[in-house]
Amino acid sequence: MASAQEASRPFAAFSDVSIPEDIPVEGDISVPVAPSTRDDGLSTLDEPVKETVLRDLRAVGNKFVHVLYPKRSSVLLRDWDLWGPLLLCVTLALLLQGGAADSNDQGGPQFAEVFVIVWFGSIVITLNSKLLGGTLSFFQSLCVLGYCIMPLTVAMAVCRVVLFTTVETVGFAVRLLVVTASFGWSTFASTAFLADSQPANRKALVVYPVFLFYFVIGWMILTFSP
Amino acid sequence: MASPKDLQFQEFEEAAELLSADPGASTLSMSANAPFATVGASTAGEDVRLDVSEDEEGQEESSELLGEQKPSGGFWTFEYYQSFFNVDTLQVLDRVKGSVMPLPGRNFIKHYLRSNPDLYGPFWICMTLVFSVAISGNLSTFLRQMGNSSYHYRPQFHRVTIAAIAIFLYAWLVPVGLWAFLTWRQGAERQIGGYSFLETVCVYGYSLFIFIPTSILWIIPLEWLQWALIVVAMVISGSVLVLTFWPVVRDDSKVMAVGTVMTILVLHALLAIGCKLYFFQTPVQTPSSPLTPTAPLYFFQTPVQTPSSPLTPTAPVNYTNLTVKPH
Repeated sequence: MASAQEASRPFAAFSDVSIPEDIPVEGDISVPVAPSTRDDGLSTLDEPVKETVLRDLRAVGNKFVHVLYPKRSSVLLRDWDLWGPLLLCVTLALLLQGGAADSNDQGGPQFAEVFVIVWFGSIVITLNSKLLGGTLSFFQSLCVLGYCIMPLTVAMAVCRVVLFTTVETVGFAVRLLVVTASFGWSTFASTAFLADSQPANRKALVVYPVFLFYFVIGWMILTFSP
Repeated sequence: MASPKDLQFQEFEEAAELLSADPGASTLSMSANAPFATVGASTAGEDVRLDVSEDEEGQEESSELLGEQKPSGGFWTFEYYQSFFNVDTLQVLDRVKGSVMPLPGRNFIKHYLRSNPDLYGPFWICMTLVFSVAISGNLSTFLRQMGNSSYHYRPQFHRVTIAAIAIFLYAWLVPVGLWAFLTWRQGAERQIGGYSFLETVCVYGYSLFIFIPTSILWIIPLEWLQWALIVVAMVISGSVLVLTFWPVVRDDSKVMAVGTVMTILVLHALLAIGCKLYFFQTPVQTPSSPLTPTAPLYFFQTPVQTPSSPLTPTAPVNYTNLTVKPH
């Protein structure tokens, strides 16, 4: 009887539970408003165009400075961009034009040939370093190789200026010196960035194609004859 | 309840029994298992037993089967191609050294590749050879014409394209053909010991290495020296190929064996002589009468452009029709 009573009222033991009046029940039922779009680092929709363009230009210029003084910094690698390599490649290809204009097949490289050599060379070297177990990403490697063409482009400009003088051997000696120095600088700068990402027993395997790449570009610059 | 110590002792005893049964087999499995670091103790027994059964069919086959590293993944994954670049600097240098100094009895594939063919060597040796031949050819033309006042230097960059096509086609199509032919003969004869496609490409690529210093030395404008260099390079490079492929074809019929080896050597010689003749021209004083622009004469025309006779456009050279004019 007592058990049946208890069964019919299973929660009878809790009948004396009461909520004290003095404990307030609090809460906030307001819906959070969407954050305002005035977020400093992310929204660039409202800034002037000049600001947008200058930001990219500053990034490119910053990387040029890093190539000039190659220290082991990660700025070049972290924020890669391909504007600089494109600019350098187009400048180099344009400067290599205008040579050997009389014969079409005995002359120097055409614009497309320079482009193909630079870009496919960079892609092949990047694939090579990745296949050998490198840790740089594809575009980071392309970025480094492209930016390190800068000394050679400068050398090309210097060579074109030197070629305006008609002194043959002295001019050639100056050009040889300038191209050799810039080739060495390019190779040194790019290996400073690339060699760290390779396992120690394969560093030479990765550096050699870079050496060949800049050597071929240096050769194209040195043999330019208007 | 058996303590772990008892279980350990039992495993050791089982392995010890197998070791005493066939001491030779265990050493094979030890050396073959060295690259497979993940093999656990439980499978060591199975590998030893596997070795015993394979031992009857010959050491070569077992070492091939157990030492060969199969490329992981399908051909659409990156790891598949990464397995072809599994070499260190010292290994590449060692293989290059082996291609330059072929010793009789040292099969390049068996001795140097050891079931780890790589694509790094063939590809970059071919690239270097392309540029070295083109650049050296340009330099040699320049040196020959230095005394000629009417000569204006030309970079002749189109030669790079031609050299690239010729060398890459040779280094990749001839191994394909040779491998296909050897596999067909192997299949017909039921022989063991053929080479995989990658090993064939690898040995061809490394055998081209000797031509890089040869092409640089071809700049020296001495005719006898150039032909002597060709002979030396052909001897070294050809012997690497012959030492590699002779053990495979000698079980075949005599005619086929000699024919295969002769074809390999002839193709190799054609490449060497073709490169030498096309890129390193000997300036022959062409007579004033107009000559028909046939392929052999094109080689001996100096690069000086006379305004009245335009140079024939660069046609792809058919090496088999090459006739060499005697000096």
